[in-house]
Amino acid sequence: MADARGLRFEKVTISLGAVRLIELDCTIGPGEVLTVMGPSGSGKSTLLAAITGTLDPVFDMAGRIRLDGRDLMSLPTEARQIGILFQDEYLFPHLSVGANLAFGLKPVVRGRAARRARVEAALAEVGLAGFAGRDPATLSGGQRARVALQRMLLSEPRALLLDEAFSKLDTGLRAQVRELVFDTARRRALPVLQVTHDHSDAEAAAGEVVTLA
Amino acid sequence: MRAARATTAPPRATRRARFLPWAPLLTLAVMLGPVLAGLAGTLAPALGYMPALGGTGLSLAAFDALFAWPGLPRAVALSLGVGFAATALSLVIVTLICAGWAGTRAFGVIERLLSPLLSVPHAAAAFGLAFLIAPSGWITRALSPWATGWGRPPDLLILQDPAGLSLIFGLVTKEVPFLLLMTLAALTQVRPGQSLRVAQALGYARVTGWLKVIFPLVYRQIRLPVYAVLAFSMSVVDVAIILGPNTPPTLAVQVVRWMNDPDLAFRFQAAAGAVLQLGLVLLGLGLWRIMEVTVAALGRVWIASGARGRRGAEQAVRLGALVLGGLAALAVIAGLAGQVVWSFAGLWQFPDFWPDAFTLRNWQRHGPRLAGPVMETLLIAGAATFLALLLTLASLEAEHRHGLRPATRALWLLYLPLIVPQVAFLMGFQTLSIATGVDGGRAAVVLAHLVFVLPYVFLSLSDPWRAWDRRQDTIARALGAGPDRVLWVVRMPMLLRPLLIAAAVGFAVSVGQYLPTLLVGAGRVATLTTEAVALASGGDRRVIGVYALAQTAAAFAPFTLAVLLPRLAWRNRKGMRDG
Repeated sequence: MADARGLRFEKVTISLGAVRLIELDCTIGPGEVLTVMGPSGSGKSTLLAAITGTLDPVFDMAGRIRLDGRDLMSLPTEARQIGILFQDEYLFPHLSVGANLAFGLKPVVRGRAARRARVEAALAEVGLAGFAGRDPATLSGGQRARVALQRMLLSEPRALLLDEAFSKLDTGLRAQVRELVFDTARRRALPVLQVTHDHSDAEAAAGEVVTLA
Repeated sequence: MRAARATTAPPRATRRARFLPWAPLLTLAVMLGPVLAGLAGTLAPALGYMPALGGTGLSLAAFDALFAWPGLPRAVALSLGVGFAATALSLVIVTLICAGWAGTRAFGVIERLLSPLLSVPHAAAAFGLAFLIAPSGWITRALSPWATGWGRPPDLLILQDPAGLSLIFGLVTKEVPFLLLMTLAALTQVRPGQSLRVAQALGYARVTGWLKVIFPLVYRQIRLPVYAVLAFSMSVVDVAIILGPNTPPTLAVQVVRWMNDPDLAFRFQAAAGAVLQLGLVLLGLGLWRIMEVTVAALGRVWIASGARGRRGAEQAVRLGALVLGGLAALAVIAGLAGQVVWSFAGLWQFPDFWPDAFTLRNWQRHGPRLAGPVMETLLIAGAATFLALLLTLASLEAEHRHGLRPATRALWLLYLPLIVPQVAFLMGFQTLSIATGVDGGRAAVVLAHLVFVLPYVFLSLSDPWRAWDRRQDTIARALGAGPDRVLWVVRMPMLLRPLLIAAAVGFAVSVGQYLPTLLVGAGRVATLTTEAVALASGGDRRVIGVYALAQTAAAFAPFTLAVLLPRLAWRNRKGMRDG
């Protein structure tokens, strides 16, 4: 089903008690970006939690979320193939940069040498060749952002969620990292949903914008 | 469809995953089962029912015998008096230290001095104190003969004084570190800095402002630990054997004497005494609650008065708190030093401050005999700690994976084994374990220790475990890792330090257990603690020093490991330095 590709929301509503936080009925096609904007407390992160399957039980959710035609609702987080980037990179502080990437790399890549080669290649792709042995705490902000992106990509997600992913970076770096993320998503034909409160993120995405009240 | 997490159990859920939701219940059963069953097993003989000893009917004869004991009024008064004095003193010292010094550099020093003392077993600390304050102890030696004129130890009843003053002092030295640590944990949640600055900007002096603004919030958080301290101080046995009065002793000690009496008929009387001890603790908690309400009412009046506090009085209070806190720490540290010196002492005559010579003879003579108790102690503590850690982790993981919410009432249940007096249910537990045929064995002792180890391990681990950033979990899961892999590869390594600290706390608690080992082990399971306390009456300071030091080392070594291992494991990980 070619028309089923992408991240699809079918009459999704999320409410907290009697308050309806989110109503969404749309499809994000491969390589497209949907930007969700709204003040804090409007339920942006709640929407992302519904997609990753980490929604707090206090919320009630109705409707269906499909990724490439597959119903996500019955799947645990780890089987959903959804990549997510937060404002903080959440690199595992106890693992080296290389081990962080290897954590994301699928187990189907077998053999120590093959896995190491894949990790090295992923690092080289973003200008971080030779960083595998480094302690993540010693990286700069831009370097951490790139490691987090590559770690996520190695897990071969089929959609990408951005939760205020660029808001901690300063202006120059922000544009640079943003361009890298959006280019990569387009090249890999990933549907992207970003939540942000910054208009420059929305403009850079050049996609549809939904504003939550 | 409701809530995603509740309905998205992995399709390939294993049998283990189905066990996990039951873990919290199992934990409660392991912890509370022995307490409740034990209480029932104590109540029955108290009311005359104990078929094994010919008691088949119900009667109050045991209570008649108990009330006929002439020492009873004094023993009861001692228990109440010691409990209240030790608890109130410890609480006041801790409160004033925090009020006067929290956030300062001096406070950091006190904290670092007192925290390690928490792991010193009660018995070892009590022996240390005895070595200091006895008529022939280090303090009189330091003052003799130049200040006192004593050429021989004075004939004074300082140790085991009839009023229980040395017992109170001994308890305070151990409860101050405990309450201080609990208060520090509460303070991190209260975030006192800003409120205190606001109060100070309004013209309140530091201690007054702290007591009026911070203390009410903190006390609410440390109420259960305070109750535990009160119940413990009222019913403690090992410390009371070492430092408490003898004729009569406190009620709990007398109950244990009756239980160990060769004449088994005393069992009924002992059971009645244990029930009375439970009633006493409940009465004590009720009285304390009335005191709480009264102090709160007075406090509200004081707060409404707008009194800002006088600078001179404030300084005196701050200094006083520092001195008292320092004294409590010093007493334990000097006591340990005393044990070291005595254990290596050759001839040491009064009033010499140092022994004539230091020798390895004491260790050579008693060291080989330590091996058995050391092994027993490590085995029991290791097993109890391992089980406690397993149950705690399973409960916390169940909470995390199945979205269970811990109820506030659950916290009460955790404190129950720490509040119900040990004599009250251990006696019944012993009776039941004889009936089920597991008595006198190591396994039964491990189970009895688990009752006390579990609450401490859970309390120590639950806060850091729950404070772990959930997004870390989301990220790892989104990268394709299942819950088990997240647990083993991400969460447990990231929480290595709190995990090891919790294990060390559990280990130290087990090492320090006297009564459960003695009663449930039927006197046949010899640990360092039971051996050391058994030496108390002999009064040979060299042997006592050897055993008490071995006991302290067994409790302390795991803490050292818990601090060093993460540093070693994460020496190349800057992000793990404070974790």
